[in-house]
Amino acid sequence: MAEMVKLFIDGREVEVEQGSTILEAAKKAGIHIPTLCYHPDLPPTGACGVCVVEIEGSPTPKRSCCTPVAPGMKVTTNSKALREVRKTIVQLLLSDHDVTCPTCPANEKCELQSLANYLGVDMNGLPAILERKPIDETSISIVKDPNKCILCGRCVIVCNELQTVSAITIANRGFEAEVDTFFSQGLGNSPCVNCGQCTVFCPTGALSERSEIDLVWDALLDPDKVVVVQEAPSIRATLGEEFGMEIGTVTVGKMYAALRKLGFDYVFDTNFAADLTIMEEANELVERIKTGKPLPLITSCSPGWIKFMETFFPDLAEHVSTCKSPQQMFGALAKTYFAKEAGIDPSKIVSVSIMPCTAKKFEARRPEMRDSGYQDVDYVLTTREFVRMLKSAGIDLKELPDEKPDELMGMYSGAGTIFGATGGVMEAAVRTAYWMITGKELENLDITAVRGMAGIKEAELDINGLKVKVAVAHGLGNARELLTKVRKQIEETGKSEYAFIEIMACPGGCVGGGGQPKGSTFAMRARRGEGLYKEDKSLPIRRSHENPAIKRVYEKFLGKPGSEVAHRLLHTYYYKRCDQTGCTLEAVTEKHVGHH
Amino acid sequence: MKIARMHVLLPVDPDTVLAGVMEFQKALLEELRKRNLEEEIKVLETGSIGITGKGILMVVYPEGIYYANLKVTDIPRIVEEHFLKGRPVKDLLLGEVPARFVKKEKVGLTREQKRVVLENVGIIDPENIDDYIAAGGYEALEKVLTSMKPEDVIEEIKKSGLRGRGGAGFPTGIKWESAKKAPGDEKFVICNADEGEPGTFKDRLILEGDPHKLIEGMIIAGYAIGAEKGYIYVRGEYELSIRRLQKAIQDAYSYNILGKNILGTNVNFDLEIKKGAGAYVCGEETALIESLEGKRGQPRNKPPYPVTHGLWMKPTVVNNVETLANVPSIIKNGAEWYRTMGTEKCPGTKVFTILGHVVYPGLIEVEMGTPLRDIIFNYGGGIKDGKRFKAALVGGAAGVFLPESLLSVRMDFDNLKQYSAVLGSGAILVMNEDTCMVDMLFSIIRFFKHESCGQCTPCRIGTYELYALINKVREGEAKEEDLDKMISLSEAMFKSSFCPLGQSLVMPVKSAIENFREDFLAHLDKNYKCEKCRR
Repeated sequence: MAEMVKLFIDGREVEVEQGSTILEAAKKAGIHIPTLCYHPDLPPTGACGVCVVEIEGSPTPKRSCCTPVAPGMKVTTNSKALREVRKTIVQLLLSDHDVTCPTCPANEKCELQSLANYLGVDMNGLPAILERKPIDETSISIVKDPNKCILCGRCVIVCNELQTVSAITIANRGFEAEVDTFFSQGLGNSPCVNCGQCTVFCPTGALSERSEIDLVWDALLDPDKVVVVQEAPSIRATLGEEFGMEIGTVTVGKMYAALRKLGFDYVFDTNFAADLTIMEEANELVERIKTGKPLPLITSCSPGWIKFMETFFPDLAEHVSTCKSPQQMFGALAKTYFAKEAGIDPSKIVSVSIMPCTAKKFEARRPEMRDSGYQDVDYVLTTREFVRMLKSAGIDLKELPDEKPDELMGMYSGAGTIFGATGGVMEAAVRTAYWMITGKELENLDITAVRGMAGIKEAELDINGLKVKVAVAHGLGNARELLTKVRKQIEETGKSEYAFIEIMACPGGCVGGGGQPKGSTFAMRARRGEGLYKEDKSLPIRRSHENPAIKRVYEKFLGKPGSEVAHRLLHTYYYKRCDQTGCTLEAVTEKHVGHH
Repeated sequence: MKIARMHVLLPVDPDTVLAGVMEFQKALLEELRKRNLEEEIKVLETGSIGITGKGILMVVYPEGIYYANLKVTDIPRIVEEHFLKGRPVKDLLLGEVPARFVKKEKVGLTREQKRVVLENVGIIDPENIDDYIAAGGYEALEKVLTSMKPEDVIEEIKKSGLRGRGGAGFPTGIKWESAKKAPGDEKFVICNADEGEPGTFKDRLILEGDPHKLIEGMIIAGYAIGAEKGYIYVRGEYELSIRRLQKAIQDAYSYNILGKNILGTNVNFDLEIKKGAGAYVCGEETALIESLEGKRGQPRNKPPYPVTHGLWMKPTVVNNVETLANVPSIIKNGAEWYRTMGTEKCPGTKVFTILGHVVYPGLIEVEMGTPLRDIIFNYGGGIKDGKRFKAALVGGAAGVFLPESLLSVRMDFDNLKQYSAVLGSGAILVMNEDTCMVDMLFSIIRFFKHESCGQCTPCRIGTYELYALINKVREGEAKEEDLDKMISLSEAMFKSSFCPLGQSLVMPVKSAIENFREDFLAHLDKNYKCEKCRR
């Protein structure tokens, strides 16, 4: 039972647990203290100073985000003096900032912008002292603009402590301090796995995705091209909130309508490919269990996780499923299966995906992702880019009618849609693996043990007498913890307790992806995930193997899961990467070899 | 046993080394050998005697005669006239004749001082542990280990009223008590020897001149709070200090004064030196701790304080060199003795560094509460070359510019507060009438801009903005409102900077502009000629 502390904030008495900060106490009392560098999901750094409050008896104001409460403390959160201090801090930041709001990727989402607006700051109060540094554009996925950085420190904490990748740190001292990679080599030459969590937590436009909006517009407006689009499960659970709807509202019908309005020729759905991934992966799992081949099997649809594995756990590469991600499976089929069915010259097809993910930009350009004979996925747009495109085209999602996707590669089951939440791939795979192993249908489709925001989740499943232990980890720090345990188990005993592991690079799973709207807190991510589970429960078909579009693609094109065609188009191989520079060293699994 | 009839002390510190004291020493020894005088005349290396800028110095006992600005060519004359015939060479003396122990007319830094932390500096050979013991060293440690409990030690330090000499002036006894009471099985003592404050080298004198005193103080501190490990964090630039400390620590280990079972008791204490790497901010205790832990040297949020969550988040006492150097004397002579010096709220002595346009720049140790005027004019010898006093920067770069009207202020922690000034590290920079205060403030702002760690917005960008603004003034591009902007910006920095570095700029900025506004107003005119600011 924690000790409680009573204090006074603006004259109001509030009681909180000992160890709470003044900011937390103010929140409980319903009092707003402006902040900037503070983020509810990260430990406070105290970098900006905006949240300072006056405390009776203290000679100087103190930061409310990191000052613990004391019994009888008397706090004033707003005064003329405090307002002056906060204005000065914002003025200082603006004097050292490349102010390009109208064209900045963070426009309207920027926390510096909204704070300056709220305080009413004189932009010309102090001499402009920005010393321009070059923008880092070495990465396929992420752009780092130091001229917009306010050195809040969030990205460094996220990369080092949350994701445990450590591609960036704060280099140099004082005014020269900047967020940088090892010897300024650039993100593209660092162990950065492109997870993009830094871009979600970054309060300004300093970290953002490399934009492909113009490339997609060019394709859409090219009469010669047939532009097909797929959208990840998370998109339908996130779009609505960017247009004023409640967080977690699923707006799939309006999403299709919006895409058609933008001019896409064929509107398909990544969820179809998610069902396909389940078919191939469940088959792979069953094969491995039957033949006693390397277990655990680890999922492979998160490209941030894949690069992380290649960099830090290449010794576990043979455990990773050879299945491509749904995005890439879709890409390969779009320029083969679909081209054939629709009678279109595949060289004219431009394949676009809408993803909650920055790593997918890198994945699409991996040199081995060309099994169709062309680059399987041409352009990847993050949720953020998609929203910008919609708004620039004057499209208001709320006003659109519900439409249906093009069925060939657009129909999906509930199993496909839950891919967007952490634990969803696991659940979806079990629904089909159960049927593949026992021939019977799994009755209780809700495996709640693997759902939710806990970092590492475990469950022991009973597949008609066969005991199977599974684990789910989301966020690369948790992945590292789980896999270090697995690695140790295999080193010491030759095997691991787990048969099947799902890894997602991003906390919350894809609904918390690196391409999702800036400012996505863990609480928001959880609600989006809940929206997906709700959609799953409402659908008539909830198992991947019951999806008619899936049955059709096997019948007409692939044969059966694990067939030669399936292997050629839908499976891939992995590399070993240097953990200093992220560069490719060697292939560590074989090209398209099934596990016999 | 042969007893020398004369002792010749050669202070060896970076100042005299630069002037050539090592070559001088070699030549002197050669001369003495030539004349068969090595047995009767002993030449000793000591730490600095606190006089700077006067070239090679030499102190001759038993008379206590100070020579200055010596050259190798003076040696034959000194040996012939003084050593053999007993007639000190008048034209080579520092100032006038009188010595420390002769109660006659005293001049400059040789005037009578109350030397407690500096009692051995300039007298003993700092590389000889036997010298230290012969001078009464390690007696306090013996007293502590044989007749005092840790609580007794803390009580004595509390009674003495000793306050931290690093600048903050926090009561040392209370700090030790908090660390002792803090829960935890492992505790640490850290000596802050980073000495980054510009114009300050008092700690260097102790480190170079009497390292054992510091070691003794640290062992006693460790015993008092229950710590078995101590670190001395020395700024990396202090090569000679580090070398002498290493020798002292080595000797202390071999005499079983450090290590396990000190002097046969069941008390253990290990001591290690850690070198800083050129960051003023690492003089701030939590930034120092971060640096010790191998991390980026930037301050932590306080609370929690190091006494409960310090090194590796364990209870840690961080004390300045001068603070710890007071401990052996307080234990040996008692708290009441200590209280006979200084003022009621600030007992004891303080080492002051007098620099700038004075006749005798250097260091003195006098009672707390000595008036500033006395320090500058009686010890410093007043303004040199017959010029007039204009300003004194008191406390270091993070200090206050005092005009002539405030010269009678008494130098201790509390009295200076009345004038919004701080004692700080005890550095006093004296400026004559030719000094441009705009140029002085520029130097200070440039220093802080360079040293800001960059962690917090107000300091990282604020120091740069102040730099931009002071440059506008220097170049004649400023308006009068820019002066007020500088003050209000530094006040905002005082209220929102994460650590004292950013918080302290308000002192020099405000005091310079308020007390010497004429200098700044003059620079608003683009055509105003200033040698320092406009080439």
